[in-house]
Amino acid sequence: MPTLPRLDYLDRLEAEAIHILREVAGQFQRPALLFSGGKDSIALVRLAQKAFRPGKFPFPLVHIDTGHNFPEVLAFRDQLAAELSEQLIVRRVEDTIKQRGLREPGGKFPSRNALQTYTLLDTIEEFGFDACIGGARRDEEKARAKERIFSVRDEFGQWDPRRQRPELWNIYNGQIQPGENVRVFPISNWTELDVWNYIQRENIPLPSIYFAHERRCVVLPSGQLLAVTEHLTLDATDELTTRQVRFRTVGDATCTAAVESDAATLDAIIEDILQAKVSERGATRLDDRISETGMEDRKRNGYF
Amino acid sequence: MDLLRFITCGSVDDGKSTLIGRLLYDSDAVSLDVLAALEEQNRTSAAGTVDLALLTDGLRAEREQGITIDVAHKYFTTPRRKFIITDTPGHVQYTRNMVTGASNADLAIVLVDARQGVVEQTRRHSIVAALLGIRHFVLAVNKIDLVGYSEQVFRDIVADYAAVADQLGLRQVVSIPISALNGDNVVKASANLPWYQGPNLLAHLETVDVSREASTDAGRFQVQYVIRPQTAALPDYRGYAGRIQSGVYRAGEKVVVLPAGIETTLAAIEIDQQPVSVAVAPQAVVLRLADDVDVSRGDTIAPLTQAPEPTRELEATLCWMEERALRPGRKLLVQHHAAKTKAVVQTIMSKTDIQSFTQQEASEARLNDIVRVRLKTAAPLAADTYQQNRTTGAFVLLDEQTGATLAAGLIEQTALVEPEFEI
Repeated sequence: MPTLPRLDYLDRLEAEAIHILREVAGQFQRPALLFSGGKDSIALVRLAQKAFRPGKFPFPLVHIDTGHNFPEVLAFRDQLAAELSEQLIVRRVEDTIKQRGLREPGGKFPSRNALQTYTLLDTIEEFGFDACIGGARRDEEKARAKERIFSVRDEFGQWDPRRQRPELWNIYNGQIQPGENVRVFPISNWTELDVWNYIQRENIPLPSIYFAHERRCVVLPSGQLLAVTEHLTLDATDELTTRQVRFRTVGDATCTAAVESDAATLDAIIEDILQAKVSERGATRLDDRISETGMEDRKRNGYF
Repeated sequence: MDLLRFITCGSVDDGKSTLIGRLLYDSDAVSLDVLAALEEQNRTSAAGTVDLALLTDGLRAEREQGITIDVAHKYFTTPRRKFIITDTPGHVQYTRNMVTGASNADLAIVLVDARQGVVEQTRRHSIVAALLGIRHFVLAVNKIDLVGYSEQVFRDIVADYAAVADQLGLRQVVSIPISALNGDNVVKASANLPWYQGPNLLAHLETVDVSREASTDAGRFQVQYVIRPQTAALPDYRGYAGRIQSGVYRAGEKVVVLPAGIETTLAAIEIDQQPVSVAVAPQAVVLRLADDVDVSRGDTIAPLTQAPEPTRELEATLCWMEERALRPGRKLLVQHHAAKTKAVVQTIMSKTDIQSFTQQEASEARLNDIVRVRLKTAAPLAADTYQQNRTTGAFVLLDEQTGATLAAGLIEQTALVEPEFEI
């Protein structure tokens, strides 16, 4: 008799995520995987391969493109979709702004982060998606810590934390009424470090901006570093600098700060994170600082 | 490194959220910016030091009211283990959330205020945790600093709780005196408690053995999704994707597809498209069968020698979670993991009295009630009792129209004594 496999914590997290992805495939008619090109959604794609190969994915990859993405990430996205031979749907915030006559965010560091909710909801309606899989994790932020793995949204995409369904055992209730849809978070129980450990174990390629590189940055009053891109309006008072940096999260170039680091390999990044004293969102997201309940408010309004 | 999932439960103001905050804080799982945000908040609201409870109370209403409303999940890792904490509300009206938290936990920390001792909520939460199949308990006697670190107070509470544990049949209770606020005995041993010789809380959580021997459980697997590539290279490939719910599966063994009862052979087990000879719970696998049989989502594939008897009649314990009361005759949906079927509640047999832990007569189930019922399902389910199997002995009830989750169900009996279709 062969000896029984021993499962470590990553094996268990992986098994849980694959189980959730297959529940989506089994319970919904038109699911989608929201793909940002960031490490969490790249890990999701790897998990989907484990869940559904040798078959095709039972869902397309959907990218809501704010127009403020890093070019390295967009190139990576297109290459990955081509290698996988899976369908990639891209919808642009730019188009939503035109169609709906929305106002472009102003200011020195214009963020389209809030506007992407419109594009996401329009895309859900356009394709009739009944479930959208995302790479959000509960350790990211305190409102996320309260969210279910199957999170039901009303027809306006809104999240009501008081009316969440109890989520018992590993039974995922995807029974919804017409107009409602479900956001599904298969890696809810993973931490930032778990994702990096998984990427290393599975040898998953990532966009180059995750690794240390030299970049022209503007130093914000908070001390954070923001990449100099065409989307920023800089003036003479801005302090510019060239530093060795990497990105811990990949979001909009206008609101995702870089961290100083010379970590050029996965090993070095994991070591970096173990030493890190500032949380992932705190280090890199400008948008959560707006108010104490920034994330809760955005989620209630349909944000991913 | 392995994984421990635990819940914290106790009465309101026993300091659950503070305890979790302390565990996170002292094990360096709280980062600088989160602490800074907390300190900022404390400066604008109450007095003095950092309120560790604010680390878990994430929703605006929770922070405003200073209570936990919903289940919150927190994570921390030590060199020995990864921990998933489920913080559950103490208020009676949120008992359903405690049930939710307990359903996924291996261990429960029952928090008691040293000044109050064992109270109604302590009993209620212990009953719920035991009912949901948690076998490992920690009795954390908190705020021990407020009773002068008294050994006698601790001993009295331990003795009181022993009576509760006895009644519930809890065999694995470890009692630890702590002060979550000051950090005594949570992550570090305390000089204030020289009379206590046992492990501190974290040391216990790091070492307690909650593993189950997979080989002692019957093999259970439900089909979640059928993989059929239908490509030129793989025109006839059919793989049954699912999670091993319990036990062990071996390639080549005889299996039966339920509820149809078709016998066949397990031709292959695949993980990430590679064949493996053996797989265990909770691995996600693809099973291939030797014969071309009709198998679809929700079907169970079980080792022939360990197969459950599919049944349409169940006796079950329900934790009722809807405002509207349950009365006999109500039709609803049963979700037994990947299997879903219509069902009717035939009778409400009794209600569990949370005080005495005895069964009382009942004609309906109200929000947060725990009742014993008989259910009849439209399609047969390959189920076990919850006692036998914490996965396949569990189900949820859904509202046919809204899809809302109405109840947690624990199967007490699958083959009823007097099935009505037999004479």
